[in-house]
Amino acid sequence: MKFTKLLATAAVALGMATTAMAQDKTKVGFVYVGPVGDGGWTYEHDQARKAVVEEFGDKVETVYVESVPEGADAERVMSQMALQGADLIFTTSFGYMDPTINVAKKFPDVKFEHATGYKRADNVSTYSARFYEGRAIQGTIAGHMTDSNIVGYIGSFPIPEVIRGINSAFIHARKVNPDVEFKIVWAYTWFDPAKEADAAKVLIEQGADVIMQHTDSTAPLAAAEAAGDIIGFGQASDMAEFKDGPRVSSIIDDWAPYYIDRVKAVMDGTWESKDTWDGIGPGMVGIGEITDRVPADVKAEALALKEKIASGEYHPFTGPINKQDGSVWLEEGDVADDGTLLGMDFYVEGIEGKIPE
Amino acid sequence: MLKLEKRPQPSKAYAYTTPFLAVLATMFFGGLLFMALGKNPIEAILTIFWEPLFGEFAFYYRPQLLVKGGPLILIAIGLSLGFKAGIWNIGAEGQYIVGAICGAGAGLAFYPMEAWFIFPIMILAGAFGGWVWAMIPALLKVKFQTNEILVSLMLVYVAEQLLASMSLGLLKNPEGHGFPGSRNLKDYPSAFNEEIITGSGMHWGVLAAFIAVIFAYVLLNRHMLGYSIRLTGEAPRAAKFSSVNPARLILFCLGTSGALAGLAGMFEVSGPAGQISIDFNVGYGFTAIIVAFLGRLHPVGILFAGLLMALTYIGGEIAQSNLGLPGAAIQLFQGMLLFFLLAVDLLTNYRIKLVRKEAA
Repeated sequence: MKFTKLLATAAVALGMATTAMAQDKTKVGFVYVGPVGDGGWTYEHDQARKAVVEEFGDKVETVYVESVPEGADAERVMSQMALQGADLIFTTSFGYMDPTINVAKKFPDVKFEHATGYKRADNVSTYSARFYEGRAIQGTIAGHMTDSNIVGYIGSFPIPEVIRGINSAFIHARKVNPDVEFKIVWAYTWFDPAKEADAAKVLIEQGADVIMQHTDSTAPLAAAEAAGDIIGFGQASDMAEFKDGPRVSSIIDDWAPYYIDRVKAVMDGTWESKDTWDGIGPGMVGIGEITDRVPADVKAEALALKEKIASGEYHPFTGPINKQDGSVWLEEGDVADDGTLLGMDFYVEGIEGKIPE
Repeated sequence: MLKLEKRPQPSKAYAYTTPFLAVLATMFFGGLLFMALGKNPIEAILTIFWEPLFGEFAFYYRPQLLVKGGPLILIAIGLSLGFKAGIWNIGAEGQYIVGAICGAGAGLAFYPMEAWFIFPIMILAGAFGGWVWAMIPALLKVKFQTNEILVSLMLVYVAEQLLASMSLGLLKNPEGHGFPGSRNLKDYPSAFNEEIITGSGMHWGVLAAFIAVIFAYVLLNRHMLGYSIRLTGEAPRAAKFSSVNPARLILFCLGTSGALAGLAGMFEVSGPAGQISIDFNVGYGFTAIIVAFLGRLHPVGILFAGLLMALTYIGGEIAQSNLGLPGAAIQLFQGMLLFFLLAVDLLTNYRIKLVRKEAA
């Protein structure tokens, strides 16, 4: 226990040092799973970091480390930031969950914010976005736009978040087009342009003319562009450079309001551990501009759906919805509870194939 | 005019000094790179090499050197045996993964029982897993003369799929809310690879790495088998005429390197990493190849090379966080190290001669 004590004393000493300095600067650390130039997930977190700098100017100092592997390396990077006097640390990948909890135990005075996880502590908050709301809108567009009635979907890992997205997109595609089928390829990566491009090519060869992706690079859009007459969507970031090509809309993660809010809470001394799961309404999920490639009536329908979701009038998982095996999941008019959504490990009725195990 | 002339004998002096030259060249050109990025080069180099060892928070970073270096050394020692004999196991990453799966699986099979014998069983299972995975390219090479470089490398990707499958299926934490990944072994005392001395960073895997260094040294210098390994690598024809059995040598070298990589995986999953997850492997098996060569395939050299590599990782993170250096610049810096090592290696086998241009 000597080590923990040592760390704790260091933390206390630093705590005093930082409170002494607190008048001038709040130090905020960011741990990234990919490079800031990935054009997707990490890029958006870094945009939010920049927004924090812009908002608070001299009162804040931000530091970040890119491409940090999950596990022991993440623990070391977080400890290092805490030792160097960070007051608040954002850990921006699901795999940082246990490392965040471990490091938070050693530095009780440092606040932690872990993205997309479910473990909290007195100094650890969690936050995530309801991306499935955006998927509902993409599904609607995809259902209308496909001619081959085959929508290709590039999954990263078969975890609840991704399965939720597939289900939401499928339900809404089927709503507007009863003949639509989903072909799903698992890339087993969040960011690997080569693998993502291969997955897109496979799907296009199998007849898909709409590609949806839950991976972070622009490679699937580039593959769609190369193949011609295929449409796709920006993921995590707007991916606006493909606007003249295949990209017809996008899901944008907008972490800036949340990050600014949390940094402010630390400055004001009002920070408390909590769980945040926000969607289109509060602005955490943004829908990128729908291009003219989409017919006006489809665009209007998609935007109307967005409004209904934002206002809370409509929930993308509203019954009747059956599970893949035909059993009833939600009765007519029932709305899915967050617990089931968070642990979603089943496809809805109509999706073919099995979730890999 | 400068001319390269092959040395009749590789230079012993250069063999020992080239790693240092490579490090110095890396520091110099890395410094230029950091300067081009608008950073103070001296400050950046000091942050990478000095800060983790003697800086303000060295009490935290020094143990981390062992944590990061341990698996690199353990794997590199195994690889060096094969490399010496011209047997190229490029798939240590796969053997590392399978060792981790087997080790963690063996431990979790006993959950929640607490007993002293669980951890030793996990160690055996981890070594066995890595050994089996390496036996595939070994047997294929012995029986069908397949290329072990390709087969062992391809098996890395197979192992990665297996890892994903285990994280999502068989080994998935039943209390994990449907998320992938096994139980955290840190919460299971009998299976947890704890630090032997708290706060030292010295877990059982680091100890195993040190033991492997000693054994490899003894094997190579005092043992007939070690002699056969060296002979096969340095003088294949002579080896053929002596009593060296190539098939046995292939099985031994690949098997040993696989078992050691498997052990490294097992110690990592049960200690620093804590759990089987889809992204469990972070490239130790590949980085160990660099470590093996940086250490001149010599056990003691590998020990230092592993620690040096760990230093660049840890120092690199500090440089990113404190100085705002991009992550890619750090990777480039590490790449330079291998590049310069191979470049100055030339001096071991060749000498530079100044020749006057002859009259035409």
